[in-house]
Amino acid sequence: MSSSTEPKVGGEAAQSVVDTAAPVTSVASKSPMQLAMARLRKDKLSLIALGFVLFFVVIGLTSPLVTHFGWIDPLTTNQDLVDPFGRPVDKWGGISLSHPLGIDSIGRDLMSRLWSGVSLSLFIALSGTALAMILGVVLGIVSGVTGGWTDAIIGRIIDLTLAFPQTLMLLALASTGLIMVQKAFHTPAGNPTAAVYLIVVLGLFGWTGIARIVRGQVLSLREREFVHAATMMGASKYRLYFREILPNLWAPILVTFTLMMPAFVSAEAALAYLGVGINAPTPTLGNILNDSISYADLVPTFFFIPGFTIAAIVVSFNLLGDGIRDALDPKGHQ
Amino acid sequence: MADTDESQTDGQNSVDPSEVEDAPSLDEVLQQSHKPTELDTTAPPVLTVDNLRMYFPVHSSGVIRRKVGDVQAVDGISFEILRGGSLGLVGESGCGKSTAGRAITRLYKPTGGSAKFGDRDLVKLSTRELKPLRRDVQMIFQDPYSSLNPRHSIGSIIGAPLRIHNMVPKKQTLSRVQELLEVVGLNPEHYNRYPNEFSGGQRQRIGIARALALQPKLIVADEPVSALDVSIQAQVINLLQDLQKEFDIAFLFIAHDLAVVRHFCPEIAVMYLGKIVEIADRETLYQRPNHPYTQALLSAVPDVKQAAIGGRRERIMLEGDVPSPINPPSGCRFRTRCPLAREICAKVEPPMVQIGPRHKVACHFAGELGNHPHDPVTARMLGVDNDGNPDPGATPTEIEETPGFNDVWFDLKERRTVKPS
Ligand SMILES: Nc1ncnc2c1ncn2[C@@H]1O[C@H](COP(=O)(O)OP(=O)(O)OP(=O)(O)O)[C@@H](O)[C@H]1O
Ligand code: SF4
Ligand SMILES: [Mg+2]
Repeated sequence: MSSSTEPKVGGEAAQSVVDTAAPVTSVASKSPMQLAMARLRKDKLSLIALGFVLFFVVIGLTSPLVTHFGWIDPLTTNQDLVDPFGRPVDKWGGISLSHPLGIDSIGRDLMSRLWSGVSLSLFIALSGTALAMILGVVLGIVSGVTGGWTDAIIGRIIDLTLAFPQTLMLLALASTGLIMVQKAFHTPAGNPTAAVYLIVVLGLFGWTGIARIVRGQVLSLREREFVHAATMMGASKYRLYFREILPNLWAPILVTFTLMMPAFVSAEAALAYLGVGINAPTPTLGNILNDSISYADLVPTFFFIPGFTIAAIVVSFNLLGDGIRDALDPKGHQ
Repeated sequence: MADTDESQTDGQNSVDPSEVEDAPSLDEVLQQSHKPTELDTTAPPVLTVDNLRMYFPVHSSGVIRRKVGDVQAVDGISFEILRGGSLGLVGESGCGKSTAGRAITRLYKPTGGSAKFGDRDLVKLSTRELKPLRRDVQMIFQDPYSSLNPRHSIGSIIGAPLRIHNMVPKKQTLSRVQELLEVVGLNPEHYNRYPNEFSGGQRQRIGIARALALQPKLIVADEPVSALDVSIQAQVINLLQDLQKEFDIAFLFIAHDLAVVRHFCPEIAVMYLGKIVEIADRETLYQRPNHPYTQALLSAVPDVKQAAIGGRRERIMLEGDVPSPINPPSGCRFRTRCPLAREICAKVEPPMVQIGPRHKVACHFAGELGNHPHDPVTARMLGVDNDGNPDPGATPTEIEETPGFNDVWFDLKERRTVKPS
């Protein structure tokens, strides 16, 4: 097999094996990912969930635009629309043509607030998820491939993180944390700092699950012969980690991602209720819900509409995650 | 999978001799298409393995993990592979064949010994120094279902070694990949397909193409056919044989029974619990094995020629299990299962002695089946009496254990070193 290969190469070999050479057919090739997508397309429930997810993503993405052009206005109060008790003067929570979802207790347009709230909440959840995923995947791969001391240390860090009384610490450390974030990232005081604080906290406490999953997968992948084959080829560490092993981790990464997003959306809401996070009047799903709770029995729409929005986000992401898991691992659920 | 024309098997040990007695044996199938590979004994060695050892540490459980012992997976094996030759490495599951192959190809860092490839010692090289040598020494893996990354198309699987070593200009990668696919008898148009679209035999061909991409001089094939159907085993072995002739590649061919290597390997080494117990050319090993373990292994191989010369050999059933390589038996490692074991076997380890032009055996009672000597042939050279106790009167002779073969050897009948005329 010199560099100039004679046409005869494999002549003899081809002779003896010609029976196994498949005829030329133009069947389109399908990668495992494409096969999974084909399975997902057959799954009605997941498709509906995907529709909702896409809807919320579009909402999130368009919010800055529509605000910029003044098509929605989440901040202007309309005191004339509410009575002194904070109830809308009109019926149905003040639902009207100019306020399709009604108004809140100081007369702000609920649809505008939800629109930008979804945007900000999703942004925070997405950034937190991204941070947690990057931390978790990298530490999980390193832990699994390297083994030994590195693995042991990362394992202990995970235990420590899990043992941390998260919510309590969050509340106790909120003010110090905000100052630390402000110093570290030079964010303007107020909401930007609060947002970064939330993201960092969500990320730092959220990575352990995916790290464990990835580590477990890597431990089994590491023994697969294609990893040995890559080593045999003289592949670099980078190639081994990111070209050979990482592509085999997309399933758990994608599934964890779709499950972590809604968890962080609810976490943001819960934290807002506890008084940590973005401050009023900037709307997030948490803030809006928080504002509405005391009016729950007075103005049902005011409470139900944001509550339903959060529920819809959580459920649709979760259903999509389950659907993706089934599509990627069709044998897992039989 | 419209074009899958090979049937698949999932089991790994699909050749159980007792089950395929009526079907043509692998050997018969192979005989029909190809002549057995012959060996040019004058060729220079490409690989010289000397006293190679590979131990895996065993740690205690608990927080403080002390080292409590070693799995002596490979414990001092020596052999030579000649240019264009192929050595079969045979032994039961767990005897350390894969470990030996992986130590030589440096998937593992060996504990000791040497493996000379040309003038370089594969054992001593660092990972960085190893990289250029990866081109010369390649491996074919056992399990075609785990040896191909399911997320890569076969074009990128076979192209990877070309890119890593910059074998061809980037633009020519695809055409080279297609060339390689054709060489191993696959459709070159299928380069953009994924492994899941191929059958076991086709996947093994892909693995072979990947190994060929670097134009190696030595290929370690770790049970390359044991996951395949018998009919497909024959096709893959034929392919390897053609490639060997075409490109002058030397092979270390690992297998767990003697039937598979017979056709392909003119020389065979039999391994037991980390050590080579007998190594010989094909004719000698199959017709006049001298080690009780080889004899037992061979008695399990259905054999056409033997049927012609008076029935199959009596099947020798070995009793008991293979002992643990963490704590192997003293003396001869085979003694716990050997029908001939005597006192000396527990006390002294039998040295590897050359007993023919291309025949070495490690047994105190080496001899042809039914003709094993009554007293140990090795006692005198080891300086011990027949029970293995040190004999002050005897003068031990220097036993030279070289990886290759000498032109003088120890004659078992005359019990002295002879030089053939
Ligand atoms: N990485 C490892 N760590 C510890 N022990 C190992 C390791 N790899 C192999 N062993 C042990 O070494 C011994 C030899 O294993 P090896 O895989 O080389 O056997 P083998 O002859 O290839 O068997 P098989 O026919 O099943 O493939 C076994 O006892 C095995 O448990
Ligand atoms: S040395 Fe003894 S125990 Fe070992 S194979 Fe020979 S006869 Fe059997
Ligand atoms: Mg093996």
